[in-house]
Amino acid sequence: MYPAYSVIFFTSASGAGYALLALMNMLALIGLLPAERWFGITGFLAGLTAITAGLLSSTYHLGRPERAWRAFSQWRSSWLSREGVLAVATYLPAGITALGWVFWEQIWWLPAVFLVALATTTICATAMIYASLKTIRRWNNGWTLPNYLGMGFASGGLWLCLLGSLFALSSPLPALLAIAFVAIAAGIKFGYWRFVDTDIGRSTAGSATGLGRFGAVRLFAAPHTEENYLLKEMGFKVARKHVATLRRITWLCAFAIPLVAVILALLLPTLSLWLLIVAVLTNALGTVTERWLFFAEARHVVTLYYGAEAA
Amino acid sequence: MTSLPTEPATRRLGLVIDLDICVGCHACAVNCKEWNAGGHMAPLTDFDAFGEKPSGVWFNRIHTFEAGEGADGRTVHFPKSCLHCETPDCVTVCPTGASFKRAADGIVLVNEDFCIGCKLCSWACPYGAREFDEDVGVMKKCTLCVDRIYNETLDTVERVPACVSTCPVGARHFGDLGDPTSSVSQLVAEREGYDLMPEMGYRPTNKYLPPRPRKVGSGGTNGAPCHTGPVAEQADLSAHPFLRWVDRLLTR
Repeated sequence: MYPAYSVIFFTSASGAGYALLALMNMLALIGLLPAERWFGITGFLAGLTAITAGLLSSTYHLGRPERAWRAFSQWRSSWLSREGVLAVATYLPAGITALGWVFWEQIWWLPAVFLVALATTTICATAMIYASLKTIRRWNNGWTLPNYLGMGFASGGLWLCLLGSLFALSSPLPALLAIAFVAIAAGIKFGYWRFVDTDIGRSTAGSATGLGRFGAVRLFAAPHTEENYLLKEMGFKVARKHVATLRRITWLCAFAIPLVAVILALLLPTLSLWLLIVAVLTNALGTVTERWLFFAEARHVVTLYYGAEAA
Repeated sequence: MTSLPTEPATRRLGLVIDLDICVGCHACAVNCKEWNAGGHMAPLTDFDAFGEKPSGVWFNRIHTFEAGEGADGRTVHFPKSCLHCETPDCVTVCPTGASFKRAADGIVLVNEDFCIGCKLCSWACPYGAREFDEDVGVMKKCTLCVDRIYNETLDTVERVPACVSTCPVGARHFGDLGDPTSSVSQLVAEREGYDLMPEMGYRPTNKYLPPRPRKVGSGGTNGAPCHTGPVAEQADLSAHPFLRWVDRLLTR
């Protein structure tokens, strides 16, 4: 599948933003984070900026962005519509909770509970847009949803860690959570890649054409001499050697370096701020690489009509 | 509404495509383009149409496949357009309500005034039936010529999809596949018409008729080429200057 930069940025940034809001408010709800004013302002600002920038960028790949409001209407059947509704609905409890946190230095539990639930559900809805597409086996499987949650909460956890260090919250809890989330996300990504490397797909050129009854099916002549929309959008291919390099970058940047940096930050409190900045930035680079691969490695069954043998 | 009709349509209009007959002439694709460039889904934009890298929106594309090996192998011309599925995800994934399946006859359409061009429906379609029109910024797809089949200003014989009306060999049939007594349904039953990618679970309305079994002794590619003898005797035209001139003209 063609890796559209607007969608890669949107899913990475909003995943981190929603996870940061969810984590920060979850911990505050159970009394493990103080409702400190400046920490609150920075946390909400960072989370909401990431979300808003992501949502705005997601409208860039639309053919008619001025009609984007219509996308809130079909939540009964469409995960994309559900995601839109949830994404925008999250602003309400986020605004109310932020108000209490910043002006009264209190956690208002009702909006905070809604905020945690909606933010987490929005990440799930984003994942389900892809996981629900039967045409793309590499998305339509049990790994996609955990993958989005894992990557989102790993980024969000690292952000929270950095904010904790910035505002000198002495609790080691954000760091421990970040370590746990990054490790879990790495485990899920390992499982996801093992699955896509071993799965051969459900459809073949034989089932796509129904000509499998005669033997192996090969494309003899394409319908046209030049690329069409279908091939540009769904026939995107990435070279195997680039995949290997990009996966190494993901392992290193999204998981390994942040993990080491957070552990070092726990051991060397004087350097912790700088180490955590490194952790957040490399994780962002790793997450974007992971998301690029998530699209670029995905194979669509329509390619079976254009020479692919299985998808 | 992008939810599918709750009561499945009793009329299920669609196409039956005979892969035994299709000669791969692309006339159906050309007439489809011609009709729809001015019809319900118009315009069907082309970019650089006469240049080096032409691209554009087509509802119907003709692939050619080889299946099997040697004497048992086949070359099959394979036209493909929207299959107007019973349970198509291209409709349910649409966030705006632009995509819909008609309850009355099962035709799947796009309301261009609602479409935001998010392309998700094209991702959800296994058959490549939906194409994005870069120029208009919305999704386009086969309408089963909804602006022909119900068009009372056309002669009755013309009220079929453009691709069906133009097929020079009669490889395309149009009718009600929800009615078991219709000629298309009987054709499907008789010839064991099948669904494309049934494992997707979209339950396509359009059916494909498989190439017929090869007749025994019908020649073909059994190794050595068939021996047909000299193609033609070379005539002696030395005494016929006019015929010699005609011969030269024709063999030029």
